[in-house]
Amino acid sequence: MNAVSRDTMLLETPFHSRVAAMCQVNDWGNWMGYTTPNAYFDVELEYFAVRSTTGVFDLSPMNKYRIQGPDAEAYLNRLATRNVSKIGIDRVGYTVWCNDGGKVMDDGTIFRFGAADFRLCSYQRAMDWLLWCALGFDVTITDETEAVAALAVQGPTSCTCLTGIGLTDLNTLKPFGMRHYQFEGAPLMVSRTGFTGDLGYEVWVPPEKAEILWDRLFEAGKDYLIKPFGSYALDIARIETGFIQAGVDFVPAEEMVRPGRARSPFELGLEWLVDLKKPLFNGRTALLKEKREGSKFRFAMLNVEGNKPAEHSFILKGEQQIGTVTSAAWCPTAKSNIAFAQLEMPEGRVGQDYVAEIYYQRELHWTRVLAPCTVMDGPIFNPKRRRQTPAIAH
Amino acid sequence: MNHNLGETPLNQYDAIVIGAGHNGLTNAAYLAKAGLKVAILERNPYIGGATVSRELHEGWYYSNCSYVCSLLRPEIARDLELPKHGLQVVPFGGGATFMRNGDHLGNYHDHDRHYREMARHSLRDANAYDRYTADVTKQTKLIRPFLMRTPPDPTSLKLRDLTDLIDFAKAFLNMGEEGLADTIAFWTKSVGDYLNEYFETDVIKAHMAGSGIIGTALGVYSPGTAYVLLHHYMGDVDGNVGSWGFARGGMGAVADSISKAFLAYGGDIICDADVDQIIVKGNKATGVALKNGTEYKAPIVVSNLDPKRTFLDIMDAKDLPEAVVKKAQNFKIRGSSGKLNIALDGLPIFNGLDPSNPLMAGDLHFSDSLERQERAYDDWKNETWSKDPYLDMMIPSLTDPTMAPPGKHMMSVFVQYAPPKIQGREWTDEDKDGFEKTVIDQISSYSPNFRDLILHCETRTPREIEAEVGLTEGNIFQGELTFDQLLFNRPFPGYAQYRGPVTGMYMCGSGTHPGGGVMSAPGANAAREILRDLNKPNTVPGGYADD
Repeated sequence: MNAVSRDTMLLETPFHSRVAAMCQVNDWGNWMGYTTPNAYFDVELEYFAVRSTTGVFDLSPMNKYRIQGPDAEAYLNRLATRNVSKIGIDRVGYTVWCNDGGKVMDDGTIFRFGAADFRLCSYQRAMDWLLWCALGFDVTITDETEAVAALAVQGPTSCTCLTGIGLTDLNTLKPFGMRHYQFEGAPLMVSRTGFTGDLGYEVWVPPEKAEILWDRLFEAGKDYLIKPFGSYALDIARIETGFIQAGVDFVPAEEMVRPGRARSPFELGLEWLVDLKKPLFNGRTALLKEKREGSKFRFAMLNVEGNKPAEHSFILKGEQQIGTVTSAAWCPTAKSNIAFAQLEMPEGRVGQDYVAEIYYQRELHWTRVLAPCTVMDGPIFNPKRRRQTPAIAH
Repeated sequence: MNHNLGETPLNQYDAIVIGAGHNGLTNAAYLAKAGLKVAILERNPYIGGATVSRELHEGWYYSNCSYVCSLLRPEIARDLELPKHGLQVVPFGGGATFMRNGDHLGNYHDHDRHYREMARHSLRDANAYDRYTADVTKQTKLIRPFLMRTPPDPTSLKLRDLTDLIDFAKAFLNMGEEGLADTIAFWTKSVGDYLNEYFETDVIKAHMAGSGIIGTALGVYSPGTAYVLLHHYMGDVDGNVGSWGFARGGMGAVADSISKAFLAYGGDIICDADVDQIIVKGNKATGVALKNGTEYKAPIVVSNLDPKRTFLDIMDAKDLPEAVVKKAQNFKIRGSSGKLNIALDGLPIFNGLDPSNPLMAGDLHFSDSLERQERAYDDWKNETWSKDPYLDMMIPSLTDPTMAPPGKHMMSVFVQYAPPKIQGREWTDEDKDGFEKTVIDQISSYSPNFRDLILHCETRTPREIEAEVGLTEGNIFQGELTFDQLLFNRPFPGYAQYRGPVTGMYMCGSGTHPGGGVMSAPGANAAREILRDLNKPNTVPGGYADD
């Protein structure tokens, strides 16, 4: 296995030969120790593949943990803020998990394969925390990051492309549902999930089937204008649709050095993921207290005037600085300038107006723009096709 | 029975806009947004004017006229919430000119890939491209801030005109002496002469020169064509200045989305309403009369038609100052182009280019020298279509899967030149067939499988464009984009601020500043002036500051 060899060069994913062949601009990044493309050919066109046709993203470096055993459900209920018992078999749930201080460590997805069989996908590496929390529970936790290769297949023609490789009746799969197929003599799991806010799926196969999956998918998708996309394009899509990212929009709680820099789920706009009715879960006491006494910060999605992305901007109310921007982008489908901000309570109510203090540099000259902005009541991009079942065909 | 049906309040509006092209729709949307009761009268049974898509062959959608999108002002798209109303503009990557020797010149978005591609043809030109880009960018930066503004009247002593003139002068003076000289050269030179200053290679010059002649009855060596190139460069898709894209679902999606915004503000669209005349009483516009006799009343009447149609067709010369009639008669709006829209059974293969190359999704051409482009113009002067035409060809179905069935393709071929008349007479069906054959023959000589893939072809000469869309001579810009017809001279000196010569009568088409292309700026600028005259709060957004 690569991970335990003495070779410490960046790893390659099971799709690497195919990814490298299509990575025309050789713009590579390091994602969790894996060599992954920031861009394949043109960030904008890659983004638009997701919004107009189908985009394919190599998801393999995502951390994946198999959690099995009689106490698996109880264990996950202890770990995560949401009620895992409500996630049915062959269903997926988005969740966050907190430390004892009620601050978010990471967000991720829980896939339920059986009554006592789950997979947790996390952005951060989580083995230490998962084992720590397992004390007293009859569960086994296995890191299967390298054992499962995965592709995100996202966009309006994605269902048609995947149906073309033999995933029959895929259009009947509901959002956050998962389904099992045989592919080239091996099990293939597909879930209707993704990080783009569009119609889309994630496909999970053993690594030895990765290359053939890629080849078959691109062959089937040719007439539906399938294209690969890298992390830069993904970043635009996720901001447009309102998805936060660990390490960008919040500091993973157990990595925090400076006091007060971590955030609770309430402070990230994720109250809907917190089930305080559950008798015990990590961070519950602290979250109950925060609920009683109020949060310090509020997550806000801002619609910013003008066309300069409010990257790293201060948010002002009059002369006073009331927050900072964590993610920002000009969103090409919504034709809007969107920013995620952390605002000091009680600021950030929907409809409130502020000013974003934006700095940008052109030809070594810095310019400061004071752009009015308004707190939105939800993501600017949220198309019907994302939820429609049966999924739209092309 | 009510004999006064035509007089009932049903036909009474605050404003009437004649023509449901993208500018008429935009203008009407901003007037309706300000609370006015507005009706748009459209001659055709469908809206869009030249911004239209129709299913002319089952399963294929044809953007019959305008076919790409870049100039549409992002301020307007955002302000009217066009994405919410269904508009998605998807950029395409690059393009190529195919050469007679079997090679091609690719136009890659990525700077260094483009350098390498140009260097295959000329190392020096590849290097000169950076200087060229900087110089052209200076010119686009000069003009872009004025797109969403009313041109100041240089002869006026009104404070507003003077302030705007100073702004204008400042922008020019900021260019410095050398910059100013470049600017004047740019606005008056031929695109051929301009490119000759930078480049030595035929195909490189020819590829770029295309943007200087598209839609214009001028050749690559005619003075004034350098500006036309600029006009094609000054748009942007998502802030990428000079980028072009497709409206998903075809250009009709632009008109549809603006119409939905207009309807959401409470407006009325009346199709099959062929306007006969703008009614003028006591030097005031009071409404319009349709050819079928129906009358609509409104104190504001806005024409989206071109200046010739507006002043010579739907207005009575008796109602107009003599000078305006004269200016309208002399307005340059010459037919220069035609179009083939083709349904294809598969993807054509072109000599020298891998069909999976992303350049295939861009703009494709076959004129590999300025000489060939100039000769094509010679045919126009000789009152016939070019025997070796300049084509601006696109395969939108490589970007937008909704344009054709899977695996099939839609091809849009813009053709230059096509004169308004053939040897002094009207186009005949035989001429049209000959024109079509010329174009298909040219494409076939670079693509061995092209001819066999043709399932259906819609051919439009200036005759068809004029008859269906109403553009005089089929001129796509509603008037030539030459310096004498730009800014405070568009459409004519003294009438560049969207107000007609009759009180309550306005112009909002591409015949006004800043001109043609699916920009919507004329419509929005005209709305701002109308609201100003009505003392209503302005609903039109300002332009984004350029950086």
